[in-house]
Amino acid sequence: MAEKFKLTIVTPDREFFNEDADMVEFNTTEGEIGVYAGHAPLTVIVKPGILTVTQGDTIKNAALHAGFVQILPQEVTILAEIIEWPSEIDEERAAAARQRAEERLAEHGSNVDIARAQAALMRSIARINAAKLK
Amino acid sequence: MASMRDIKRRKSSVQSTQQITKAMKLVSTVKLQRAKGRAEKSKTYFNCMYDTVVSMLSKAGDINHPYLKPSVSARKAVIVITANRGLAGGYNSNIVKLVRDNDWNKEDLIIYPVGSKGRDAFARMGYELGEDYSAAIEEPIYADAMKISNQVLEDFATGRVGEIYVVYTGFKNTVTHTPTLLKLLPVKIEDKRSEEDKAVLDFEPETEDAVDLIIPKYITSLIYGAMIESVASENGARMQAMDSATSNADEMIGKLSLLYNRARQSSITQELTEIIAGAEAIS
Repeated sequence: MAEKFKLTIVTPDREFFNEDADMVEFNTTEGEIGVYAGHAPLTVIVKPGILTVTQGDTIKNAALHAGFVQILPQEVTILAEIIEWPSEIDEERAAAARQRAEERLAEHGSNVDIARAQAALMRSIARINAAKLK
Repeated sequence: MASMRDIKRRKSSVQSTQQITKAMKLVSTVKLQRAKGRAEKSKTYFNCMYDTVVSMLSKAGDINHPYLKPSVSARKAVIVITANRGLAGGYNSNIVKLVRDNDWNKEDLIIYPVGSKGRDAFARMGYELGEDYSAAIEEPIYADAMKISNQVLEDFATGRVGEIYVVYTGFKNTVTHTPTLLKLLPVKIEDKRSEEDKAVLDFEPETEDAVDLIIPKYITSLIYGAMIESVASENGARMQAMDSATSNADEMIGKLSLLYNRARQSSITQELTEIIAGAEAIS
C-alpha cells in the first residue's frame, strides 16, 4: 500500500475537503498531473478540469475551475476559487453555458472577449464531464 | 408644565421607537453571528494564500513585474467598503473620514464604492467615482470580489491608476472595529521568515508567470476578506448603536413616567382643593 498524504482543499467560503489520500489528479496550466505522497515541493496553477481523489478503492471526483495548488511531500493544499462536487452541478445550466460560449467563439466579433469565452467554455466542459461521473 | 396628555403621547412615541431599536438589535445580533462564522471560515484560505504569496515574493525578489514596482501614474484607486444602510453609529462616517483626512489629493483619487452610504458621501464631496459595486455588500460572495479585482487590475494594467487601496472596517471582536487602509498594489509584503523556510517552493510555470496568475487571486482574496470583515463590523456596530438607543429610550421613558405621575398627582390635588373650596363656600 502506498504512503498516504494529507489533502486539504479550501475555498474562500468553506473547507471543501480535508482527508488523507493516495493520489490526486487535476489539470494545470502545464498539463494534467497526478500527485502521490513524496512529491517534490511545487506550486502549480489550476486550469478548469476534473479533480480526482483516490483513497484506497474509492475515487472521488469534483469539478475544479480556478485556483492554485501547493504541493509538499506529505501535504497537498488546493486553494480553489471555484470547486464543486458532481452532485452540486446543474447539468442543464452547464450545457447552456457551453452552448453560449461556443456561439460566442464562433462569432469572432470584435466586441467578443475571446479569452473570457474560452475560459467559460472550459469551465462548462469541466462541469459537464464531472456531472457525468456522478 | 406640559399637560398630562402631551406627556402620555410623548411616552408612547418613545416606547414604539424603543420597540424598533430592540428589534433591530436582535436582527443585527443574528446577522453578526453569521458574518463572524463566515469570516472565520475564510481565514484558512486566506492564510494559505498569504503564505504562498510571501514565499513566492521572497523567491522572486529581483524579478521585474509591474505588480511589484511603483507605477508612473499618480492616480490611486480606492475601494471603499461601507454599508448600504445607516443607523450603525459611526460605522460609515469613520470610513469616509479615514479617506478624507488622509494626505491624498482629491484629484488623484478614483473611488470604487462598495456600499451606497460611502458612495453618496463621496459623490457629495465631489470625488471622482469609478464603478459602483454597492449591491455586493448585501451578501458578499467570492464572485463579487472577483469582479471588483478584475476591474481594478484592468485599470492598473492600462495605466489609469498607479496604486490600489482598499478601505474597510476591520473586525477584532464584537465591540472593537477599526477602520483600516490597506495597500493592494504594488504588492509589498514584509517577510519575517528565516532563510531556510524560504527555499521550500518551486513554481511551475516560471515564477514570473506565477506572479502574473497568483497576485490577482491574492488581491481578490484580500478584497473578499475585507468585504466579509466589513459586514461583520457593520452588524457589530449596528448592534451596539441599537443597544445604546434602547437603553436611552428606557431612560427617557423613566423620566417621562415620573413627569406624568407628578402631573397626575398635581391635577388630583388641584381638583381636591377646588372641591373643598367649593364646599366651604356653600356651607
